[in-house]
This record gives sequence, structure tokens and C-alpha cells, in this order.
Amino acid sequence: MTPRHRDTRATVTPAPSISVPAAWQAWALSFLSPDEKILAWVAIDLDARLRFAQELVVVTDRRLLGCALGNNASLEGEPTCREWARRDGQRLSHDDHAGVGTLELLDGNGRLHHWRYTLAQDAAVLRLVQAFGRRQEEPSPESENGAALCPVCGTPLTADDDGCPNCAADGTAPPPSTWILFRLWRFAKPYKGSLLLGFILMLTSTAAGLVAPYLIMPLTDDVLVPAEKGVPVDIGLVALYLGGLLASALLAWGLGWGKTYILALVSERIGADLRTASFEHLMHLSLEYFGGKRTGDLMARISSETDRICLFLSLHLLDFATDVLMITMTAAVLFWINPWLALVTLLPLPFIAWMIHQVRDRLRTGFEKIGRAWSEVTNVLADTIPGIRVVKAFAQEGRETKRFQEANRHNLVANDRVNRLWSLFSPTVSLLTEIGLLVVWMFGIWQVSQSNISTGMLLSALAYIGRFYTRLDSMSRIVSVTQKAAAGAKRIFDILDHVSNVPEPVQPVPLPTVRGQIEMRNVVFRYGNRTVLRGVDLAVAPGEMIGLVGHSGSGKSTLVNLICRFYDAAEGAVLLDGIDIRTLAISDYRRHIGLVLQEPFLFFGTIAENIAYGRPGATREEIVAAARAAHAHEFILRLPHGYDSLVGERGQGLSGGERQRISIARALLIDPKILILDEATSSVDTETEKEIQKALDNLVRGRTTIAIAHRLSTLRKADRLVVMDRGQIVEEGTHDVLIARRGAYFRLYEAQARQVDTEFALAEPWGNTISTTDRSPK
Amino acid sequence: MKPFQLSRNAFGRLVLTADDGRIYENIVPARAFPISAPEAGLALIDEEGHERAWIDSLATLETALGSEIRTLIETVLAEREFVPAILRLRHVSTFATPSTWQVNTDRGETSFVLKGEEDIRLLSASSLLITDRDGVQYRIPDIAALDKHSRRLLDRFL
Repeated sequence: MTPRHRDTRATVTPAPSISVPAAWQAWALSFLSPDEKILAWVAIDLDARLRFAQELVVVTDRRLLGCALGNNASLEGEPTCREWARRDGQRLSHDDHAGVGTLELLDGNGRLHHWRYTLAQDAAVLRLVQAFGRRQEEPSPESENGAALCPVCGTPLTADDDGCPNCAADGTAPPPSTWILFRLWRFAKPYKGSLLLGFILMLTSTAAGLVAPYLIMPLTDDVLVPAEKGVPVDIGLVALYLGGLLASALLAWGLGWGKTYILALVSERIGADLRTASFEHLMHLSLEYFGGKRTGDLMARISSETDRICLFLSLHLLDFATDVLMITMTAAVLFWINPWLALVTLLPLPFIAWMIHQVRDRLRTGFEKIGRAWSEVTNVLADTIPGIRVVKAFAQEGRETKRFQEANRHNLVANDRVNRLWSLFSPTVSLLTEIGLLVVWMFGIWQVSQSNISTGMLLSALAYIGRFYTRLDSMSRIVSVTQKAAAGAKRIFDILDHVSNVPEPVQPVPLPTVRGQIEMRNVVFRYGNRTVLRGVDLAVAPGEMIGLVGHSGSGKSTLVNLICRFYDAAEGAVLLDGIDIRTLAISDYRRHIGLVLQEPFLFFGTIAENIAYGRPGATREEIVAAARAAHAHEFILRLPHGYDSLVGERGQGLSGGERQRISIARALLIDPKILILDEATSSVDTETEKEIQKALDNLVRGRTTIAIAHRLSTLRKADRLVVMDRGQIVEEGTHDVLIARRGAYFRLYEAQARQVDTEFALAEPWGNTISTTDRSPK
Repeated sequence: MKPFQLSRNAFGRLVLTADDGRIYENIVPARAFPISAPEAGLALIDEEGHERAWIDSLATLETALGSEIRTLIETVLAEREFVPAILRLRHVSTFATPSTWQVNTDRGETSFVLKGEEDIRLLSASSLLITDRDGVQYRIPDIAALDKHSRRLLDRFL
């Protein structure tokens, strides 16, 4: 399954020539010798003055070429080329800062040339550098494993990628519009039957409602007008017509009730499904997504936007559909009564349609803005409430209130802007309606005077038209709610369409038994434009304990995040027992990882539930055993409700050490093969640390462990220490070996020893308070 | 400000000679407030990430140590800093994100992918900083100075 990681050095084949981008094909043919092989290329996108430009840098088996095009953007004109024959001592180095990379050609005496590029080309540059550094007879890794490269950006493609994952993130999604609402069909599909029934009910109830105005016509012409002329009233006829009126009203009532109930039921379910689906999708997104989004915004999207869509479906869409039916049917009846009258009646319709169209776009943008402003309000809440201790400690309540006020004001402004337009819209539609009626009256009176139509016909038509226009007025409201719902749907589908950066493999490799051997091969990782890991190679044997040390910001936590597969490496691979972890099902893989963090997170629930978080089926005995091994048992028993004590989201009522031991018990219970300790003891005082350390010793036994620790003393049990600095591993070895080497580890150790001395000199009143002030007291 | 000397070696890197005669290679200048006060505070950082000299402002540097050193630092800064100013939005592929923007900048025409609306950072009421998928930053110094078409496109994202 992982042929690209097999070492096939035994079967050396000469590296084949790689083809350059299509636009440069002709140039390559004319410029290169026929037997010259292209080993790697990169399309550099900046010039020396950091302007956007096109330049192709090519490594062949005999030289390095840089060919720039005179004008930007288009690939026309003769390229101007510079070349450097390959000599010993030359090397290419690359570095990046704030989104711009630098590629340098160096030899022993200095820099020969340098190129600048945006980080979009980083992967290609890395391959170029590797190709340049490789001895010529060595095969390139590409030819070794036959893995395809993306023709656009040069990213290596894995077997189960459909397209290039790098290019797929391009903005090629269809534009959002009202059409986005049709995507909700996915959620409506399960309720097809009920929807059909609802529609039939709607049709019949609307038809029943149209009987009444029609009866006005015979009532006037056959009863009222003759009565005026002195003809005696036919009681039977009157009873028939009035009975018809009552019957149609009753029928419309019954059918309307059925329709509204069924459709409201369905739409509520669609809304609930939508909410669950977006939450479920959210849960599977990578940490990177959560890192970039704000909690309040996500909360607003899933709670209020789904609610808005639900309301739209259950109320407004229903009304609208009824209205459309009503209008179509009314128009049909009107045409049947008198086509001319019908035409005059329908005259204002195009005007109103035009107005709706004009206003629509502006309203939608407005509602999108309101959505964002609303998110901002929730964001302030989501920021402030968890940080309330800090707010109060620094007496910044006023400032936070002001921030909230400001967000609220934005919301107000956004609403005001829409309302300005909206408030004008509705009365205008009413005005057009009134004018329309006026026209019909005028035309009708003229027609009656010409004896073309009867009075009954006119009155009946006016009754229809009255309904018609009131519906049109309420119909125009649909514009705003549709736009609101479309904006909401867009924000929901933003979440649903987001593809996890940590994708599930299409055909996951089964993972039967895990030995716990971890290997990292040339791993490169970036957060945004900051390169955090620069080519890390690390092998950890099963059951080995590795201590990761280094300054903060040296990439320790990132390394661990990559091992947990919270992120995927930009380059290189992480392997478990020789299998690329990207080919394993995520949940399968994570089941074997126990994680203890610096800030243990306890969910709302009992202590027992928190311990059993990773294995909800665990028995009480297992929970107690895990707590015992984690040295948490005794303090839990001291709590009034023991294992049934409730703990809040931030574990109020428990000290940092206690929370930490609960999280250790949590990790112990799932019996993981791999254990990750990310500064597990750094947020507690030395006494508590000893307690935790004892708990950790139980946890570590027999598991592959990677421990990050700030205090080097915590790592005394580690089989091997790995020292990291600025995204690279600088030293590896046991404590004694590293001390003897007097390198980076020695300096760290010295610095800490001095610090401990000062701490003792201060008799420890300040030694740990900085990191513990933020914790709740017991 | 303590006097120091700065020069460029054959590798194109800055070399700092402190007043105590110690020499630090591979020095990089870093602005402390690149957005809010770019001229006001610069540090010269060595390879290890330690600060080796602090410059209150480029103006005081010039009066204290001469204009050559200022020019040198400014040249190196210009080589490092890449925040193209967007002059015009030609086209955006969609109003949902991710969206590909085709823009004219002060450094030529280009296009980039905006990953999410949260990558647009409001610096003040009228200026923006936009980070693209690859971490390149673009700035819009004054929204009001953009043409109407650009403003309308931009408005959909704000």
C-alpha cells in the first residue's frame, strides 16, 4: 500500500527527464541539449524587486538555469536566461519569511544568485533543492516510487487523491445565490412522501378558497340585480349560493390546517437534520479549521442560521408556494371570465417583478452583512465568558462592555441599512396595488357601461383581484426572507463544504495490532506563512520513551500534533509501524493514542464520565482501576459525591493537579500504544508535579511515549532526549551523552539549573506562581 | 543608542559589529510594529533569534550613525517585506470562500486564493490586510481610494 516509502536503492535506474510546464515546452526544446535531462523545475513568481513576474528555474543533470520573461503575466516574448554549470561545492538553500521565500545559489565564496517566490511555490522549490543536492546518478524519489506530480503546482499526488489537494482548494465553487437553497433538497429528500402529501393538500385548499369570489358573480347577476329591478328573490337559489360559500370556507379551513401541520412538521425535521449534519461535519474538521475560526461565529452559524432556514421553510416558503398557486389559479379564472379584464389586472405585475429583482441583490448582501455582524456579537460573548477571570482581574469590565456595545452597534448599522431599503419596498408594492385596483375599476366601469360584461362579473373580478394583490404584497415579503435564508444557507454550506485538511483515506489500510513504532521522514510543516518544522527525521522504537526538549516555539508541540494527526505534514510523512498514517482511518489510528495536555479539559459531567470519555463502555471497576493508577482515586473519594461529582467545563472546584490526574486516568483507560505528554506537568507546582509524575510513571510503562517537558527534570525516565531548535532536531541522545557534548541541551540544562537556584534563593514564593495564578483554587 | 557597524558579506547577509567589537553574522532587521508604526522601532536579530541592537527609529539612526547604515537597513527591509498593496480588484471567482481574486497590485498583476472571510483583517475603518492561502499578505491602504467596481466586490466580503 505504501510503495513510495519503500527503499528501492538496490535497483538504481537513471532519473528520467521531467517535462516542464506547457508554456515553456518550446523553449525547453530549443534551449536544452537533446540528451540533457531536466531533474526538477520551479516557476518562480517574483522578481528581485519583489514584483510579480514569471521565471522558470530548472535543474538539469549538468546545469542550473534561470529564465525570466520580460513582461509579466503572459508568457510571451523571448526569455532571458542565465545559467550556472554544476560544480562541486555549490548548493541551493531556501528560506522563507512572511509568505515570501528566498532561494539562493551558494558556493564556498558567496552567493551567486538568488530568487524570490511566494510560498505557493514552496513545495516545488523544496523538490528543486533536493534534486540539486542529490548526486546525479542517484534516482529522484519521484522516479523511485512512480508517484505522480500535480501538473499545475507540482504537489506529489497520493494514490487515493482524485485531484491535487493543493489546487482543489482553489475557489472554483459555484457562486452562492438563491439557488443555494436548492441544495437543501439533500436534507428534504428523506421526507419526499410527506412533502408530496403537503403539496396536494396545498393545491386543494387553495382551489377551495377560490370558490367564494366566483360565487359572487351569480349571486349578483341572478339575485341582486334582478331584486333591484323588482323581481322576487329566489330563496332556494340564495340558500344554494350561500351554502356554497360556507362549504368552500369550511373545506379551505380543513385542508389548510392539514397542509400547514404536515409541512411544518417536515420543515422542523429538515432544520434539525441540517443542524446535526453541520455539527457532525464540524467535529470531523481538522484543528487547523478551528484555529482559524472563532467560536462565536461557528456557534452562530450552527444555532441561529439553521433556525432561520427552518423558519423560512416552515413559514415563508409555504406561504409563498400557496401564493403562487393562488395567483396562477386566480389568473386562470380571470382569463376565463374576461381576457381583457384579466390583462388589465395583471398590468402592474411586471412592475412589481422588476422592483423585486432590483432590490433583491442589495437585500441579500445586506442580510449577509447582518449575519456577520451578528457573529461578531456572539464572538464577543464567546471571548469574554471563558476569560471572565482575566477580565475581572484586570478590571476591564467596562472595556469588554464597550466592545460588546461596538459589536452591537455594527449589528444595528447593518440592520438599519437593510431596513432603509426594506421599509421603502413594502409600501411601494402597496401603492402599486392600489393603482392597479384603480385601473381595473376604471376599465370595469367602462366595460359595464358598454354592456360588455355584467356587474356580477366586475364584482367577482374585483374580489379576485383583491385577493390577488394582497397575496402579491405578502409575496413580495418572500424576497427578504428568501435572501435571509439564502445567506444563512451559504454560511451553513461554508461549513458543510469545507473539506477537512486531514482527510479520511478512501481505502483505509486496516490496522490490526499496533507495535507502536513511530517514524517521521523529512517532515515539513507550516502554520500559515511561518515554517515551523523544517525537515524532521525521527524514529521511535516500540515502548521507547522520548523526551522532546527545546525552547518554546522550537516546534515540539507541532511535532506532537503531527503525530496525533491533528494536522498533516506539508512535506514528508509520519509512519506508524511502517505505515503512512494518512492511509489509516483516523479514528482507528487515534484509538491507539493517549494524550495528556498541559491544560486538561474536563467536559460537563461526572468525574466517572470524564475518565471514561475515550471508552464510554468502561465498567466502574475499570474506571476505579484507572483512577487508582493515575493517583486520582484518593482525592476523588474525598469529594462528597465521589466519582459522581459534577465537574464543569473548566473543571471548577478541582485544582490543576487534580484535573491533570483525571486526564491521566482518561488516557490510561483507553490503554493506548502510543502516549503523548504535552507539558503534562508544567502548569502545577513541584509538589503536585511529584504526584503527577508518579501517575505518569504508571502510564508510561510499556508504551511508546513522546513527552514534551519544559522542566528537564521531568524527563529523567526518558530513554532518549531529542533536542529541537527552530523546527529542526539538533541533538539526540541520553542525558549524560548530551551533557558531555556541551551543545544545545547542555545550554538548556545550565540555564534551567541557574533558574532553579534563583527559585530556591527566593524561597519559592514566586517560583511557580506565574503559571498558577490563572488556576482556580481548590 | 549604542554605536554599531553594519555591512553585507559575500553571501548577501548582514554582519553586525557591536561597539564591544563582537561580530554577529546573518543579522536580520525586524520591525516591532510593522503595521501600526513601521518607522518606530527596529531590532537587529541574530541567527539565534536574540536581539543584538535596538533602533528607536530610522530617523534617529540616521542622525546617530549616518545615512549609509539607514540605506542598508532599508534595502534589506525592502528585500524582506512583501505586502503588495491592492490597487484594483479585477474579478473574484465567487462571493463564498474559498474565492480566487484577480487583482492589480503595486507590484503587478496577480491572483490569489482567499481561504475564508476571517483572513481579512480590518486594520482601521478604511484599511485592510488580506492573507491568502499561502500566507502572502496584501494590504488595501484606503478602501475609499479604490474604484467603484473594486469597492463593490470587496464590500461583499466585509
